[in-house]
Amino acid sequence: MDLKEKLLSSFMAFEERVDNVDSDLHNMRTESIKNFENKGFPTKKEEAWKYTSLNSVLKNDFSVFPKSDSALHYADVKKYFLHDIDTYKLVFIDGVFSSYLSSTTHDGVDVCLMSSALTKPKYKEIIDTYFNKIANTEESLTSLNTAFAVEGAFINIPNNKVADKPIEIMYLSTGNEAALMVQPRNLVIVGRNAQVQIIERHQSLNSNPVLTNSVTEIYAHERAMADYYKIQNDVPTANLIDNTYIKQEKDSIASVHTFSFGGNITRNNLNFSQNGEHIESILKGITIITDKQHVDHYTQVRHIEPNCTSHQNYKGIYNEKSTGVFNGKIYVEKEAQKTDAFQQNNNILLSDKATINAKPQLEIFADDVKCSHGCTIGQLDESAMFYMQSRGIPKKEAKALLMYAFSDEVIDSIKIPQLKHRITKLIASKLGVNIGFNL
Amino acid sequence: MSKYTEEELKVELENKEYEYGFYTDIESDTFPNGLNEDIIRALSAKKEEPEWMTEWRLEAFRAWKEMAEPEWANVHYEKPDFQAISYYSAPMKKPKYDSLDEVDPELLDTFKKLGISVDEQKRLAGVAVDIVMDSVSVTTTFKKTLAEKGIIFCSISEAIKEHPELVKKYLGTVVPQKDNFYAALNSAVFSDGSFCYIPKGVRCPMELSTYFRINQAGTGQFERTLVVADEGSYVSYLEGCTAPSRDENQLHAAVVELIALDDAEIKYSTVQNWFPGNKEGKGGVYNFVTKRGLCEKNAKISWTQVETGSAVTWKYPSCVLKGDNSVGEFYSIAVTNNFQQADTGTKMIHLGKNTKSTIISKGISAGKSQNSYRGLVQVNSRAENARNFSQCDSLLMGNECGAHTFPYIESKNASAKIEHEATTSKIGEDQVFYCNQRGIPTEKAIALIVNGFSKEVLNKLPMEFAVEAQKLLEISLEGSVG
Repeated sequence: MDLKEKLLSSFMAFEERVDNVDSDLHNMRTESIKNFENKGFPTKKEEAWKYTSLNSVLKNDFSVFPKSDSALHYADVKKYFLHDIDTYKLVFIDGVFSSYLSSTTHDGVDVCLMSSALTKPKYKEIIDTYFNKIANTEESLTSLNTAFAVEGAFINIPNNKVADKPIEIMYLSTGNEAALMVQPRNLVIVGRNAQVQIIERHQSLNSNPVLTNSVTEIYAHERAMADYYKIQNDVPTANLIDNTYIKQEKDSIASVHTFSFGGNITRNNLNFSQNGEHIESILKGITIITDKQHVDHYTQVRHIEPNCTSHQNYKGIYNEKSTGVFNGKIYVEKEAQKTDAFQQNNNILLSDKATINAKPQLEIFADDVKCSHGCTIGQLDESAMFYMQSRGIPKKEAKALLMYAFSDEVIDSIKIPQLKHRITKLIASKLGVNIGFNL
Repeated sequence: MSKYTEEELKVELENKEYEYGFYTDIESDTFPNGLNEDIIRALSAKKEEPEWMTEWRLEAFRAWKEMAEPEWANVHYEKPDFQAISYYSAPMKKPKYDSLDEVDPELLDTFKKLGISVDEQKRLAGVAVDIVMDSVSVTTTFKKTLAEKGIIFCSISEAIKEHPELVKKYLGTVVPQKDNFYAALNSAVFSDGSFCYIPKGVRCPMELSTYFRINQAGTGQFERTLVVADEGSYVSYLEGCTAPSRDENQLHAAVVELIALDDAEIKYSTVQNWFPGNKEGKGGVYNFVTKRGLCEKNAKISWTQVETGSAVTWKYPSCVLKGDNSVGEFYSIAVTNNFQQADTGTKMIHLGKNTKSTIISKGISAGKSQNSYRGLVQVNSRAENARNFSQCDSLLMGNECGAHTFPYIESKNASAKIEHEATTSKIGEDQVFYCNQRGIPTEKAIALIVNGFSKEVLNKLPMEFAVEAQKLLEISLEGSVG
């Protein structure tokens, strides 16, 4: 039985298991599963999936519901957390919330669970207003997630509040199942003048295949500031499809940084929609992969109102047989005059077997705009390499230094110092050197 | 006839519409509408083609029947009804002329209006014009001069009869019959076109050029051009188009194949100014063209195009850089006004080592038009040290038009260097102000700025074309200021 059929047939069982009988949610789920039934998993025939095939992943016999709650010791997973600073933590093991490893709060800000938000009456209004409102209901994988959405992070920062600590969302897979599919669903609401920093990470603990189909909706209200960091440094058998939808109101600033250093197939669908003036959207990413890894960044920024900016900067370093895809789309609608949209994608191929496919697109309907995009594919500067080697820096380190410098533009805009340090270390380990880059 | 022209002239003066909208009344020998194997056989027989050619056409037709019309382009139009088109129309008076005096005076008159003036060009510019009027070559000039050098420049139907070995060897090698929907259609029904062969080591002494026109109402124009440059040769080929103003949408599905053998160079320039439809977006030509060139070792193919006409343009002149050290270039200006839609760009396929390609594309959109650049740069794993530079600039006039960029960049080689840059902007108010201040009216100032914007591409055109193209840009954008 293929995965699609399996999902469809387990939907009924799932509906029974979810004990809330809220008819709105039920209708939403039923509609979503119907949409998924019609469209199925995306194939390479679709323009949006031209360079990424899920076929090899879908062959696995994923179990859709994890069998039992699995416990983990903090010591075993400590290294995956940002342990040198205090953070709020939302930890999910095989898709199930682990209260033992988490630290949630309702003090001023809500950092808690999707399952409780979906079921508790006091959150009903919020769920009705925000849940599944900006996610693309036409998209089959998002629909699939909506149909099975029960658990994930629920973060609500009320007006004029600043989250006092960064929030870490961690999805751990124990590998107790032979193959597991999880579908986390996150909802982040940042009120007027509110601020939040969120770090999301998916991590498998052994090499049993995992498929994560995650959906995140982020609302940034007037003058809100939201920073979202995604760390994707998973084992080579983990697959991630990340669908993130961000809706911004007037004068808000939202940024998403994506660090893709691992995993088998990683697909990031990042959608920004600007619904007011003077909005700033920032999309940045570093991809460093090797072997047969595949990372696909698919970004869309929709400029609807005048005087907004968007800034995209994606850097990629590809070794061995890895494949990188960058597909960026900027829409500037008729009314969005004085838009300043910038998109840059730089890539380095380190091996003849590596592939990069880039498709930076502009669709512009307004005339008084400044839109530009740049895309390069190239190699390390030989004269710079020679310069460093002639001064006694070994080849490997020289190479690493250049690659670090190449991605520095993105690292530089990380606002949490400890996270910046962590990313720097990760890059060093990816490049196989032991230097701090603090020369 | 004269009355029509007067009317047109009036319209032109009032609305500054399509300048070359007139209709020449030449009795045509036209096939009944529709397309089936019998029509193709009849067409082939009419053109006295050998058996292999008929089979080749039928093979393409059978493939075409299985194919679906492409939908992916960023254009919207009413699909042409392929059964409502007549697939053959040739001027009745068909004898071949040796001198221009024998040519139908009405035809000559047409060309005068177009500003081509065959005799003028013949004497002054040294251009051999192979005039294609409704699909059949009417006159070929300078043939004798060319023949001395061993250069073959004739209509493709003549080439099929007289040089079957060359045509058979190269036809369909770059654009196979089954390549795409419109290429298959063209392969099945092409009525005429040009053939050019430059022998080894010969440098063609003059710019070769053809003018295409669509004339008969409801006649699809299916041109087929084949240019073969043998080892070490050079040729510069010009193609220019104008069509009479007609209400019915006309279809044009041409195929151009260029073959540059070792060390050869082909420069192919196009000025396209077909009827773009009137101000309400009614009428206009559908231009669905497949153009592709193949470069062998050290060869070079350079495409230059100025696209100002057609209601819908769908055109991607491409280079397959097969041989080591080969070079591909693409310079394009696409102007859209009123309701025009253009989806144009190029493909650069790097297969050989040290291959180089340059893409410069300038899009100018005004009125309610949509202008898209769609390009592919592909570097295969064998293409060591491949190098590409792409630049796509768009200029928007008014907030009812759109500019789109869809570049596809695919690299499988670690030593390849690829750069892509795109910008979108409008004409700076300060620039216009500066001109106004110095007594240059806004309309002229815009023309000046647009000219500057497109200069990189205009410079690549041969002299004769550059002047015409510059004028065309002005005409196309007239009335778009405001």
